[in-house]
Amino acid sequence: MDPVQLKDKIYWVGAVDWDMRYFHGPTFSTHRGTTYNSYLIVDEKIALVDTVYPPFAGEMLKRIKKVIDPSRIDCIIINHVEIDHSGALPEVMKLAPGAKIYCSPRAREGLRKHFQGEWDYRVVKTGDELPLGRRTLSFIEAPMLHWPDSMFTYVKEEALLMPNDAFGQHLASAFRFDDQVDNKMIMEEAARYYANILYPFSGLVLKKLEELAALGIPISMIAPSHGIIWRKNPGQIIEAYRRWASGDWLPKAVVVYDTMWGSTAAMARAIVEGLASEGVDARLFKVSLRDINGIITELLEARLLVVGSPTINRSYLSALSPFLDDLAGLKPVNRLGAAFGSYGWSRGAVKDIEAKLEAAGLTLAGEGLEIAWVPDAGELESCRQWGRALARKIKEK
Amino acid sequence: MEKWECDVCGYVYDPAVGDSSAGIAPGTPFEDLPDDWVCPDCGVGKDQFSKLE
Ligand SMILES: [Fe+2]
Ligand SMILES: [Fe+2]
Ligand SMILES: [Zn+2]
Repeated sequence: MDPVQLKDKIYWVGAVDWDMRYFHGPTFSTHRGTTYNSYLIVDEKIALVDTVYPPFAGEMLKRIKKVIDPSRIDCIIINHVEIDHSGALPEVMKLAPGAKIYCSPRAREGLRKHFQGEWDYRVVKTGDELPLGRRTLSFIEAPMLHWPDSMFTYVKEEALLMPNDAFGQHLASAFRFDDQVDNKMIMEEAARYYANILYPFSGLVLKKLEELAALGIPISMIAPSHGIIWRKNPGQIIEAYRRWASGDWLPKAVVVYDTMWGSTAAMARAIVEGLASEGVDARLFKVSLRDINGIITELLEARLLVVGSPTINRSYLSALSPFLDDLAGLKPVNRLGAAFGSYGWSRGAVKDIEAKLEAAGLTLAGEGLEIAWVPDAGELESCRQWGRALARKIKEK
Repeated sequence: MEKWECDVCGYVYDPAVGDSSAGIAPGTPFEDLPDDWVCPDCGVGKDQFSKLE
């Protein structure tokens, strides 16, 4: 694939990783692969904005060489230290040893720890500018979106925002732009990315969106560090981030459970029937069979999360633990929770699940539902009723 | 009462505001925050905060 021009003499020179299936170690399933986007700006000075994951350094350098000799690179902007973006920096520095590295103060510390390179660092902060000739870069620090070192780079004359991981998607494609790829698929991946990476920083996302609005800078294109570049409709992803960070919701519920001999499964199905009979779009997930990142993504729209487990050893099944741990870290915004489960001679699962839901910031929508041994017809009807009562809580607002 | 800044992410603890996400009432000095209080933005402990001049 040749370099792709975003604007006059501004090129995508990154790499497409069709095979990536897990990101951040095993924690994030990327079932559509990803891309590492780096951008080359050819002006009186030549600037490279971010690099790629180390195994793709050669691919990036090949693309750069199709535009210019890499030894001519004057400035390298490192928006974020994480190695999926900074990893090829040592390879670039070998070819352009005189290049100056522009980054936030924390990125400099991080880069030194990652690469031990004695390079020429130029630390920048919000509002600082770097004139390249016809074009000027300006920088906007974005701490905790999603690391302390994170920063956005903005090309003033082109109204082009390069926000690194923000507004990205793990989506491998032969195409680079939003108008070339199915919009539903892009938004699915953008949602998955937000829910599993940016969710805990939603308060900061809202502040950053306000800050961008207050700066009054026009944005004609958003070029993130993963996935598709927003050129047809950059407002679409900004508006989606506003919605997700604010905790907006639809009348939708996510029911997550696991089961030993089928009692909690039977309860789960009856609860879904009860929710659905009140018009709630209830979705059922047996956690041991499902992709946790996919369930978390459903919470971006669902108002209610219902979690069920039988009691074993006085608590919930360990199959629920990875999901509940993930939830506690990601802290979904403005969500209701409830717990249910079957038990034999002692209880514990429902109480412990409720504690986990509250620790994740959810508000309990009602009392937990516990049924001894195997639910009979009457008890299944009370599961339906419990579901209907929860549905009404959703609509209460 | 002094403000304290997180060394890691730059969050500023303002005692006049407190930290509602952790149930810390306005008017609570930094010194009186519980030992297990963490930065609401990045999660590091009190030992990684510096007093703002
Ligand atoms: Fe990152
Ligand atoms: Fe990334
Ligand atoms: Zn912090």
